[in-house]
Amino acid sequence: MGRKILLEHIDVPGINTFDVYRAHGGYKAAEKALKEMSAAQVVEEVKSAGLRGRGGAGFPTGMKWSFLDKKSANPTYLVCNADESEPGTFKDRYLMEHIPHMLIEGVIISSYAIGCNTAYIYVRGEFKYIIGILNKAIREAHANGFLGNNIQGSGFNLEIHVHSGAGAYICGEETALLESLEGKRGNPRLKPPFPAVKGLYESPTVVNNVETLATVVGIINIGAATYAGIGVGKSSGTKLISACGNINKPGVYEIELGIPVEEFIYSDVYCGGIKDGKKLKAVIPGGSSVPILPQNLVCKTANGDVRLMSYESLADGGFQTGSMLGSGGFIVLDEDACVVRHTYTLARFYRHESCGQCSPCREGTGWMEKVLYRIENGEGRMHDIDLLVNISKNIEGNTICPLGDAAAWPVAAAIRHFRHEFEFHVKHPEIVKNIDHGSLEKFNI
Amino acid sequence: MSSHTAHKQYEKEGKPIAFSPEILEKVKQIIKRYPEGRQNSALLPVLHIAQEEFGGYLSVDVMDYVASLLHIKPIEVYEVSTFYTQYYPEKRGKYMIEVCHTGPCAICGGEHISKRLQEKLGVKLNQTTADGLFTIKEVECLGACGFAPVMQINTEFYEKLTPEKIDTIIDDLKQRASEPQPQQQKWVERFF
Repeated sequence: MGRKILLEHIDVPGINTFDVYRAHGGYKAAEKALKEMSAAQVVEEVKSAGLRGRGGAGFPTGMKWSFLDKKSANPTYLVCNADESEPGTFKDRYLMEHIPHMLIEGVIISSYAIGCNTAYIYVRGEFKYIIGILNKAIREAHANGFLGNNIQGSGFNLEIHVHSGAGAYICGEETALLESLEGKRGNPRLKPPFPAVKGLYESPTVVNNVETLATVVGIINIGAATYAGIGVGKSSGTKLISACGNINKPGVYEIELGIPVEEFIYSDVYCGGIKDGKKLKAVIPGGSSVPILPQNLVCKTANGDVRLMSYESLADGGFQTGSMLGSGGFIVLDEDACVVRHTYTLARFYRHESCGQCSPCREGTGWMEKVLYRIENGEGRMHDIDLLVNISKNIEGNTICPLGDAAAWPVAAAIRHFRHEFEFHVKHPEIVKNIDHGSLEKFNI
Repeated sequence: MSSHTAHKQYEKEGKPIAFSPEILEKVKQIIKRYPEGRQNSALLPVLHIAQEEFGGYLSVDVMDYVASLLHIKPIEVYEVSTFYTQYYPEKRGKYMIEVCHTGPCAICGGEHISKRLQEKLGVKLNQTTADGLFTIKEVECLGACGFAPVMQINTEFYEKLTPEKIDTIIDDLKQRASEPQPQQQKWVERFF
């Protein structure tokens, strides 16, 4: 078992309350930061820990903080991105539900570091119950002098407000989230200016993921040097991986970055192997947007090296033979799973979630969905397969925000590695038409 | 500013639309969480509250009322309410069933859950049963993939579903529908 920074006390009864969290070392990092460290020292600590954004992009957190426009006359805002919506990802929900005070403490320390006195936590609307949990934690932190004016006599003031989304994947993109927080449709903004210069209310803003902010607590507690010593290379520290699909033990696991993928899938400490003794077909290692890896590229890279759970190793080989760590949404497909069907459900997802602002994404996602539906239901033509590749290439890189890429990559990767399954669907309509997938939903192409 | 709506009497199904004094006080507190001149930031939270208080969907008058509270134009509310999937334009069943059909749930049998629901209730997707109790909808990822397949009924999660479990859940809800309902925590309460 590796070192636990985030989930060490997750099983302690009552850890969701202030008193129990405090009794297990909670809010010590906040005290240390606010009383013994300058804001600049906290930023430096997070930088040298090598913490990278845990939402999916993996951008260095300390660097993101240091981009803030310090000359701005407007106040600085911290916005916590709790709009967890990437299919396969459910780690932030787990963290907020079970140990909400760690997020609150992380927001306090991070706000102090960037000079923010009003922070917002943007929670996806479907997590209505989490909003209640966070507000309870905020009340308790207030009552114990960790929020409000002059926190613990440090002279630092902070209020945290919880805000709700209302069902839109796109609001996980940071500028769409800011638009939504301002009471508008979640249409992403053109960058630059970046949020660090003009974000919420045209003020300097940092948007950080839930897990990222919670990890700041651990970094202050154990020190940057110790934290940076965990993991491998530029993938330092621990990461929450939410594992799902056809495995024996779906759930949220904290891993030291750099453990072998094979260990993660087959060890009883983690996924516990493939369900019902079946064979592995493929893995989508970082949330539904990242390229699918076929079985032969899961545990080893194309060069024959052991594939590790790290930003670099999962990306080894580029998109030809690699993928991405992304959000840590680890989706496992067994030998009976149909890649075409799976790709179709993802294409449908991205069509539904496209905000409609950029035509390549608005038109392209719907087009891919329809072509995939046609192939999946035995009406496909052989040239449809290359048509899909063509559409995906015309979306990729041609949109304001990364949703276009996120929609294009899974389709392109599925055809790259599983073209034979697509061809099978075209060649054998009589077989694919008679498979019972359940839902009666049908639409006319 | 929408002065032309400020004195309008809002109505829905013959009843005047207005938050109770207690809820209005809380809504005002929520609005104050955002900086001066940025009241419209409270739009998404206030729409959730309004939808729950006024019959589970957003009629034009309800949206106009919310616009008047936030001092914004009605169109600014309409364009937001139509963007987000959790705001409903029409009346729906007492129990709104939302079944996830995205990748991870689909490979764990989510679409069979949807099928069983439709068979059991005798309605198709996006339809409401004749007794007004159930509406079924297929939705995109609910962020609970480790417990797949999942569905939400009025924002309560139901996880690791099987077609057999569906029968039990529906029978149970049908039975409970006529009994006094346990008070669920309302939207407005969760913001405090």
